[in-house]
Amino acid sequence: MKQGTNWPVTILISLGALLILIPLYMAVSIALKTPQELAQSALSFPVGFHWENFTRAIEATNFFNALKNSAIITIFTLLFTILSNSLVAYAIARNMHRKFFKGLYFYFVSALFIPFPIIMLPIVKQTSALGLNNPAGLILLYVVYGMAMNIFIYVGYIRSIPKELEEAAIVDGCSTWGVFWKVIFPLLTPINATVGILTCLWAWNDFLLPLVILSDSEHATLPLVQYVFQTEFGTDYNLAFASYLLALAPMVFVYLFAQRWIIGGVVKGAIK
Amino acid sequence: MKKDNVAVNNPHTSSTKSEMKTKRKISSRTIAFYMMVLPAFILFATFHTFPALQGIYYSFTNWNGISLDYDFVGFKNYINLFKDTVVKDSYIFTFKFAVMASILVNIFSLLIAVGLNAKIKGRNFFRAIYFLPNVLSVLIVGFIFNFFFTNILPDVGEKYNIEFLTTNILGNADLAWIGILLVFIWQACAFNIILYLSGLQTVPTELYEASSLDGANTWQQFWKITFPIIAPFFTINMVLSMKNSLMVFDHIVAMTGGGPGYETTSISLLIYNGGFSGGEFAYQSANAVIYFILIFVISVFQLKILQKREMDM
Repeated sequence: MKQGTNWPVTILISLGALLILIPLYMAVSIALKTPQELAQSALSFPVGFHWENFTRAIEATNFFNALKNSAIITIFTLLFTILSNSLVAYAIARNMHRKFFKGLYFYFVSALFIPFPIIMLPIVKQTSALGLNNPAGLILLYVVYGMAMNIFIYVGYIRSIPKELEEAAIVDGCSTWGVFWKVIFPLLTPINATVGILTCLWAWNDFLLPLVILSDSEHATLPLVQYVFQTEFGTDYNLAFASYLLALAPMVFVYLFAQRWIIGGVVKGAIK
Repeated sequence: MKKDNVAVNNPHTSSTKSEMKTKRKISSRTIAFYMMVLPAFILFATFHTFPALQGIYYSFTNWNGISLDYDFVGFKNYINLFKDTVVKDSYIFTFKFAVMASILVNIFSLLIAVGLNAKIKGRNFFRAIYFLPNVLSVLIVGFIFNFFFTNILPDVGEKYNIEFLTTNILGNADLAWIGILLVFIWQACAFNIILYLSGLQTVPTELYEASSLDGANTWQQFWKITFPIIAPFFTINMVLSMKNSLMVFDHIVAMTGGGPGYETTSISLLIYNGGFSGGEFAYQSANAVIYFILIFVISVFQLKILQKREMDM
């Protein structure tokens, strides 16, 4: 039963897509206009691109510093999350018959139901008492808080890997650590990608945790910088929008190139 | 050489030796497994469980978050919470928002996913566009829409004489929550659409062909074939969007700051404001405990109900 293209649905879906794209188009066009142009019409196509809005935004918000902070925090969070959470999940997945490990599994996963606000007030006191109110502390918290979800995803995946592979390696004299790094970890690549994508999106775009943890404005991440400068932008909307777009751009570029891969990874994480 | 001799001369000792060896090997393997989880367990307990317990502990005190000493006040904070109209209003707002958001997000996501799953041109292109809002920072999206509601829509309203657009809805005590809701839906649909779409793709096309031969219409096909198969996705999406919308924070900070007045102050925002700058550390800790209990009960309840419905279908 071959059918042709369903045109009515194609048209409805295109109209829906416009609802996504029009606000973004307007954001770009406002960022490229002068205030006078903006006053005349916000919707019109910008005449003569005013890239100086972007250079002004870069200077005003110290963009490259915030970009550096966001990048460092995201990259290290990603690295430590994948290396540590997969290892922990492996130990749990292979010992689910033991009470301790099974208990540990439910201990980590039940944290999914604990809302952050109940931790928020005490953790701020705790991190500043330990001198962790900085990017290093933030990375640590992302790695630890991400465990609830990641252990859930990893354990489901690792349990589907047959044990025979490991047994062969053990017979060859491989230690438990060796088995993990040499046999299991390479097999985790697809699920590492999923966890990696979800972790990156979270650490990059998160606002609340940097807001409460980071004490020094030098360490501010991209979203946090927008918040801090919101009052200073005042009515200079062209500057504000240029700054917003600069903050959104890195993730959008990554998305443009790796779109298929990112969507695939997200889907796999949710189905697990 | 020596080994062989032992084995030949005394098979008994040899076998116990190798037994001992395997035993030692098993226990060293087990130790390795404990070593793998121990640091994670300690860190999780220190930075997640401990502060959560601390929050519960402080909820029974009168600490303001700064002073050096504080007293135990029993359930006083909890009793006061139930009398506090600001707290009550924040719960009403948050629940009204969360119920509307999860229903609307799921309806729109399912509709769009069904559309994307139909025979349309450029499916992958549209799929990529619909998922785009999910990679954007919620806070910045909130700032962008804040500008639209405050400046652009009133302009358009005046130009074309559309009465209800002329005022900024974010400044209107009765309508501000709808502005936040719209932006929330705009962004939250992205994730749910992708999940529904991947669910829809697991429905075998033969089922549709067979049922249309039996004379089933599209509506019947959706409810009798499609929906039962994607029911698990419906469960996940409902629970996730309920939880996310109960935690709404970034949108509100970017769009209304909780105003006008306290009209759009969500529970998280109230805990943040009162706890950090309002000198209500202990009081808002009690609020957070109530909030935690509610979220926990709702999530478990939802999972139970929705999973039961899945079974029935």
